[in-house]
Amino acid sequence: MKFAILAFPGSNCEMDLYYAIQDIMNEDVELVSYKNDSLDGFDAVLIPGGFSYGDYLRSGAIARFSPIIPALQAFAKSGKPVLGICNGFQILTEAGLLPGSLQKNVSAKFICDTEPLVVNNADSMFSSEFKLAQIINLPIAHGDGNYYCDQETLNDLIANDQIIFKYRNNPNGSVANIAGITNKAGNVLGMMPHPERAVEDILGSSDGIGIFQSIVNYAKSREVVTHG
Amino acid sequence: MDKVMNQTAEPTPEQIQDQKMYQSMGLSDHEYHLIKDDVLHRLPNYTEVGLFSGMWSEHCSYKNSKPVLKKFYTKGEHVVKGPGEGAGIIDIGDNQGVVFKAESHNHPSAVEPFQGATTGVGGILRDIFSMGARPIASLDSLRFAEPKTDEDRYFISQIVAGISSYGNCIGVPTVGGDTVFDDAYKHNPLVNVMCVGLMDLDKIEVGAAAGVGNSIVYVGAKTGRDGINGASFASFQFDSEHESQRSAVQVGDPFTEKLVMEACLDVINNHAAALVGIQDMGAAGLVSSSAEMGSKAGGNGMVLDLDLVPQREANMTPFELMLSESQERMLLCVKAGHEDEVLQVFADHGVDAVVIGHVTDGDHYKLLHHGEVVADVPVDSLASQAPVYHRESAVPEHLKNVEKTQYQPHISNPTETLKQMLTQLTIASKESIYNTYDTQVQTNTVVAPGSDAAVARVRHHDKALAITTDVNGRYLYLNPRVGGQMAVAEAARNIVASGAVPLGITDCLNFGNPEKPDQFYELDQAAMGMSDACEKFNAPVISGNVSLNNEYDNVPIYPTPMVGMVGLIKGLKHVTTQDFKQAGDLVYVVGKTEDGFNGSQIQKMQTGNISGQLFDFDLDYEAQIQKLITDAIYQDLIASAHDISEGGLITAIAEATFGHQLGVNLSSKLTVDQFFSESQSRFVVSVAPENQAAFEKLVGNHAERLGKVTDDNHLFVSATNGYFDIDVDEAFNLWKGALPCSLK
Repeated sequence: MKFAILAFPGSNCEMDLYYAIQDIMNEDVELVSYKNDSLDGFDAVLIPGGFSYGDYLRSGAIARFSPIIPALQAFAKSGKPVLGICNGFQILTEAGLLPGSLQKNVSAKFICDTEPLVVNNADSMFSSEFKLAQIINLPIAHGDGNYYCDQETLNDLIANDQIIFKYRNNPNGSVANIAGITNKAGNVLGMMPHPERAVEDILGSSDGIGIFQSIVNYAKSREVVTHG
Repeated sequence: MDKVMNQTAEPTPEQIQDQKMYQSMGLSDHEYHLIKDDVLHRLPNYTEVGLFSGMWSEHCSYKNSKPVLKKFYTKGEHVVKGPGEGAGIIDIGDNQGVVFKAESHNHPSAVEPFQGATTGVGGILRDIFSMGARPIASLDSLRFAEPKTDEDRYFISQIVAGISSYGNCIGVPTVGGDTVFDDAYKHNPLVNVMCVGLMDLDKIEVGAAAGVGNSIVYVGAKTGRDGINGASFASFQFDSEHESQRSAVQVGDPFTEKLVMEACLDVINNHAAALVGIQDMGAAGLVSSSAEMGSKAGGNGMVLDLDLVPQREANMTPFELMLSESQERMLLCVKAGHEDEVLQVFADHGVDAVVIGHVTDGDHYKLLHHGEVVADVPVDSLASQAPVYHRESAVPEHLKNVEKTQYQPHISNPTETLKQMLTQLTIASKESIYNTYDTQVQTNTVVAPGSDAAVARVRHHDKALAITTDVNGRYLYLNPRVGGQMAVAEAARNIVASGAVPLGITDCLNFGNPEKPDQFYELDQAAMGMSDACEKFNAPVISGNVSLNNEYDNVPIYPTPMVGMVGLIKGLKHVTTQDFKQAGDLVYVVGKTEDGFNGSQIQKMQTGNISGQLFDFDLDYEAQIQKLITDAIYQDLIASAHDISEGGLITAIAEATFGHQLGVNLSSKLTVDQFFSESQSRFVVSVAPENQAAFEKLVGNHAERLGKVTDDNHLFVSATNGYFDIDVDEAFNLWKGALPCSLK
C-alpha cells in the first residue's frame, strides 16, 4: 500500500513519519506538498505534527486554506484512512473534518512527555491491533492539545464510539480525557500523541506501531475485497 | 576615490571627531585614530564609524580575547574544520561530519529575557545550517540567580519560555543542557545555546565571497530597526543606572527561520554548483556577514546597493541597514549567471531572496544608497584588521592569602543533610524546565535530558553522539586554571559515562571586563586550564564564542567558561545511562575520594558562600579513571554509570535510584562528610553479578565495592560514622519538587 504524508510550511514531523512508514512498516510512502491538489494513487494520508505557518493566528488555521485541502476533503469522503497527528489533528479540526477544537494546555505551557493512553475503541481502522482498555505509552509534545467540544458533540462522540484514545492522566485539560477521535464515518482520526515517535524500543516505546499496523491491515483487507 | 556623501540629519565627520561621538558607539580614541590616520587617511563619516564600531567590537573581532584563544588546543586527527568558520566540523566516519558550536546571548537576555533567549537559539541554528549541516540537537546552559524575588523568577520563566517557543517550532530537539542557580548571576543571567548538526563531508560550505562579478544575495526576513549595533551593545556592561537599552534586542520568528533553513539546505544540497559561499547575518548584521565573506575570499572587493535590501520600516539610514540585527537573515555569494536558479529555490520555499550587490576588483568595500556612495573602506580593515589588545593580568584579591585547609561540613543527621542537599536548586531535578522543550522530534533521541549526557543516534548507522554542557563557576572562582581543567574533565566524564569517546568541544567564555587585570587573569588562566584538559582527553576546541563584560554594578559573574562536548558511541549497544537497572547488581565507586569541600555545594549550602583554596585535581589520574570506565563499557561489564559531581557521592547514588524505583543497601569506608566531597575523577557504576570478577580485575584498586541494588525502593548507605536511611520515593519527591516549588 502507499501512504501520503502532507508537508506544510512549518511541519516538522514529516520525516519522522516517513522513516516510521519506510523503515519500520516497510510500506511505500511519499511526501506530498501542500501546493498539490491531488491525492490520487494513495491508500492512506498522514498529516504530520509541527507548527504549520508557525501556528500564528491559531494552530492549523492557515494550513487549512492550502491547495491540498480540497483533495484531502475528497479523500476523506472516499472512506480511506486519514490520520492527523498533533498539528495534523489541529488542521483536521480547522478543515472541518473533525469536530471540536484544540485549545492551549491548562498549564499554559508546552508539555513534552510520555503519556499512558487507554484504548477506548479497539474496532476502528486505526486501533484494531489493540485490545479494548489496553494501556499504550505514546509521547506527547504540544502547547495546544487541550481538546474542547460542547456537550452535544461529546454525546455524539460517545454514542458513535468515536473516542479512540483517552489519556489516563489528563495532561492538558482535554474534555473527557480525549487524546484521539475519529469522524462519524470512522476513517479520519485526529490525535495529539505521536505514534511515529514510538516505533522502536531504543526510542522508549514501540506502541505506536499498532496504529500504523491497523491502518495497513485495513487497507490490505480492502484491497483483497476490491481486487477479489 | 569616489566622493563619500553624508546623510542629512546625521552628524558630520567633523562633529563625530570634535565631540568624540564615536565613544558612545563603542570605539576608543585609539581605535578612532587608527581608522582615521592609518586606514582611511581621512575623517570617517557616520556610516563608516558605525561599520567599524560593529566590526571592531569584542563580539565580532575578539580583540581582547584573541591572544587567549590562540592558546587553545585545536588539533586532532579527526578535525575537518577548527575555529574560524561559522562552526567546527569533526569527521565521524562514513563520509559524515558532526558540526557544533555554542553561542551566548547573555546581554540580550538580561534586558528582554524571552526574545533574548529565542534569538540565541535562532542565531546558533543558522551557524550550523550555513555550514551545510542539518541541526539535530540543541542544548542550553543556563545560569540564574537563586529565585528569591519576582524579578529572579521572571528571568527564569521568560528565558525558558523563549527557548521552548523557538526550539519547539523549528523542529530541532532540545536534548539537554545544564542549569545552575547562584547569586553570582543576579541581574546577569547566562544563556548559552549549543547546537549540533550532521552533514555529508562532501558538502561543506564556507562563508566566502569570491570571483569578480558573482552576486551577493540577501535571504530571509526584512531588515528593521531591531538590534541596531547589538554587537557593540553586547560589549558594554550593565549597571543599575542604565536600564533602558531595549532597542538593542531583536525579535525572533522561528517559522521564518524554519523556511530559511529548509531553503538554504536545499540550495547547498541540490544547487552546489551555483553557490560560492553562505553566511549567517548574526552579530553586526549585514556589515559583518558581507565584510567577513569578502575578506575570507581574499583579493576582491564588494559593492552593495542598500536600496535593494528588503526593508521592514521606512526611511532607514545606511547606518541602520548595515548594523541592524534583525533575525532570520542569510547572505549568499552566487555564481554569476546562476542567480535565477537560486532565487527560484527560495521562492519555492516561500522565502524572500534578492541580489543586493556583487564582488568587485580591488579591495574596496563600497556601499551605495540613493545612488550615492555612503561608505568606502578597505574590506580587510573591517573584518581582519581590528586592533588586538594584550591586556594586563593580575591575580585577583580574593585569590591572595586564601585559606588552605578544606572546609569541614557540619552533619549531625546524615539523612537530613541528604534531604537538604536534594532540594538545592542546582542539584534538584530540572524536569519542570526540560518538559517544556520538545526533546524527541526527529526521533533520534535515545537518552533524553536527565542523564549525564544526551544521546542522539545517527539514523541508519550503528553509532550515536553523546552531547553535554558543563562548567562549575565556583571552582573557577577559587582557581581559574584548575577550574578550567575541571570544566572540560567533567564534560568528558559525562561523555564517557554515556558510553562515548570525546571528539571535541565548543565553548562560551563568559567573563567580566577584560580591561580589569584581575578579570583578564581569570579569562587567561581558565583558557589555559581548558586547553590542558582538551589535550589530555584528545578533545580539541573546534568552535566557540566569547562573552565579556558580564558585570552588574562593577561586580563580575563567576568566571564561567561553558564547555559543550560531543562524543562518539561506536555501537548502540554501548549506550549507557546513570540509572541502576536491576536488583542484585553490585554498586561501586570508581576513583579516589578525598576531602573536596572548598567550592562545593555543601560549603555553599551550609555557609551561604564558597571560599578557600580549591581542592586538588590531577588530570593524569582523571584520564586514567575515564579510560577504565570506557574499557568496562566496551567490554560490556557495566549496567549503569554516573559521573560524581556537585553534591558528591551520596547525591550521585540517590540520583541513580530514581530512574527505575530501585533501592540500595551499601556500606563504605568513607566518612559521612566524604559522601558530600566533590573530589573529581569519580563514577558510581553498577555491575551485574556475572560480571563482578571481570570488572574487579579490570579496575583493580581504583574502585570500592559498596553493596547491592535492591528492589525494596529504599536507600540505606552506611559510612564509618553514621548512615543515610530514606525511602527512595521520599528522596525522589523532594528532588523533583524543589524547583517547581521555588518558581511559584
